[in-house]
Amino acid sequence: MTGPALLAIDRLRVRYDSRDVLRALTLEVARGEIVALMGPSGVGKTTALRAVAALQPFDDGTIVVDGFALGPGPVPPEARLVPLRRRVGFVFQGHALFEHLTALDNVTLALRHVLGKTRAESDGIATTLLASLDVGARAGAKPSQLSGGEAQRVAIARALAPDPALLLMDEPTAALDPARRTALAATLRRLCDQGRSLLVATHDAEFASHADRVVTLRSS
Amino acid sequence: MLVWGGDAEGGAPFVEADPANPARVRGFDVEVAERIARGLGGGGTARFVQIQWSNIDQSVERGDFALGLSGVEDTPARRARHAVTIPYFEFREVLAVRPEDASRIHGLADLRGQRVATLGSTIAYDLLLAARDSTGIIPISYDDDVHPYADLVHSRMDAVLLDHIIAQRALRRRGGTGFIILPQPVAIGHYVGVLARADSALRDSVDAILREAMRDGTLEQIFRRWNVWDDTQGALFERVLRERAAKTAGAARSAPGLAYLPSLARAAAVTLLVSGLSMALAVIVGLALASGRLYGPVWLRLLTTVYIEVIRGTPLLLQLFVIYYGLVGVVRLPAFLAAVLALGLNYAAYEAEIYRGALEAVPRAQLEAGRTLGFSEMQILRLVRGPQALRYALAPMTNDFVALLKDSALVSVITVVELTKETAIYATNVGSWFVPGLLCAAVYLAMSLPLARLARRLERRWRVA
Repeated sequence: MTGPALLAIDRLRVRYDSRDVLRALTLEVARGEIVALMGPSGVGKTTALRAVAALQPFDDGTIVVDGFALGPGPVPPEARLVPLRRRVGFVFQGHALFEHLTALDNVTLALRHVLGKTRAESDGIATTLLASLDVGARAGAKPSQLSGGEAQRVAIARALAPDPALLLMDEPTAALDPARRTALAATLRRLCDQGRSLLVATHDAEFASHADRVVTLRSS
Repeated sequence: MLVWGGDAEGGAPFVEADPANPARVRGFDVEVAERIARGLGGGGTARFVQIQWSNIDQSVERGDFALGLSGVEDTPARRARHAVTIPYFEFREVLAVRPEDASRIHGLADLRGQRVATLGSTIAYDLLLAARDSTGIIPISYDDDVHPYADLVHSRMDAVLLDHIIAQRALRRRGGTGFIILPQPVAIGHYVGVLARADSALRDSVDAILREAMRDGTLEQIFRRWNVWDDTQGALFERVLRERAAKTAGAARSAPGLAYLPSLARAAAVTLLVSGLSMALAVIVGLALASGRLYGPVWLRLLTTVYIEVIRGTPLLLQLFVIYYGLVGVVRLPAFLAAVLALGLNYAAYEAEIYRGALEAVPRAQLEAGRTLGFSEMQILRLVRGPQALRYALAPMTNDFVALLKDSALVSVITVVELTKETAIYATNVGSWFVPGLLCAAVYLAMSLPLARLARRLERRWRVA
């Protein structure tokens, strides 16, 4: 571990239909650290990420992100999750870009409507982010016009735009060819060198090898 | 056997279902038909065919029956297109007004700017159309002869112009109160039998039988039995028997076909206005219902579901009647407003389901992405879910608007004269549905096709984008 924990998951338990999907998961991610979460399908990797992002209730344990704690029970109302939303970004499997907006608008939407930045400010941030992820030329394209790799990088730019301390990524290499995977790993490393932490759920052992630490989940 | 057609919905004393045996009909027109059948021989029986009153001419020409009798009016247009019998009854077009207005209203000239009701496709309606141009009254056409008087009593109308038999019957049904019938008739008209143009030989036989019935007193007995006999009938009989061929009544001259074109244009505007306003209402209420169903608490979800199912499960026609007539004790809505409300609230139920489906079609991952970015639920609806749902909803919404344009024809039952109603009046006047029907279809297409085209363009643009 390279520093104090930004994310601390302690004995996390999630049940579906009286079956344990996750049981007693304990995990820490330090500032600037990349942690790969591996394991077979259905083992609960995505569930763990969703619980950290407060998209998913859990039954037992605690999750603390940079001092903001989540406890067992229903997901709190969005108004109480504002501090968490500022700290955590999420890159979904299949990118989940807003289909009606251009790549640029996907990235600027939260900057303008959540953080209250002006259109010009937001465009500047988004353009820089897209360029740094090598999709600057595709800023005016809609998601349906992007390749899988381009869409994935736009989704990363969108999640990074509000400048979260922790980035959660669910199977980020699913739509990428080997060359793109290596490039993505390099990009993620650059992000972490700036002090950001990453928790990445992946099946891809080669990609996981670029992480600082690999945590493997086993069926409970 | 004589097969004859009439409209039992017109009721007594013309033709009505027999209360003792609703499978049979009774009335003075029934007895006139039976008298004619006896005169024709061949068993002497008459078989009744139910037909909507305004379609009697078309049906007799189609051969659905040999003779139409049901308070059929003698008009030049009818005589020009069909074989018409001698007149067998003389009626007076009389004005009915509320008692408090009786001292100031003595005729159509006193009704400038006021709403005067009557039955569509009648001499009375033509009289009102003529008076609209000459004295500025507002003619209101009904599909039946009961509601004009109900609306007069409820102050929705300022006067009713109809045959004296119908006015007297309406007054009797109201126990002699609510309105009074002005003594001075506006015009005189006659009831006749109508046959297919090619049936002039049968018409001559029917004329001979009617003359015989006038001479032998059977016609008078029939009219006395139904309490419609008065001195004017005796005078009519004398005149008819004196003249070899009856002259036409000429109570009102029918307008030539082209004269209806401005009315059709006005009616098309009414259709467009009713449909446009109704759709706007349907969209607003539909959005509220869909939001309530998706985002509301349990009680609101239940309430919106009940509303949607009740509205979709009952006929629009019934809803129109309930809003216009059923609520009259609570709120007296003008016909146009009632039409917009009924259509708008009905279509809102369908719109709500379209919007719900469209909102649910936006992938859940996008909504979750919105949440992780810090958007509130309202922002997600406004910025992410709504704009995409609108694209999914556009095609079915366009379909609904085209359907609404056509369904707006139903509002004629509550006196709003729109395109289809005006076309029916036109068709009755010219005695054919061919040209009016084509014209009407062309106008509907002219209204709906650009809409469909616009929707296709938007869909294409959004798809590419």
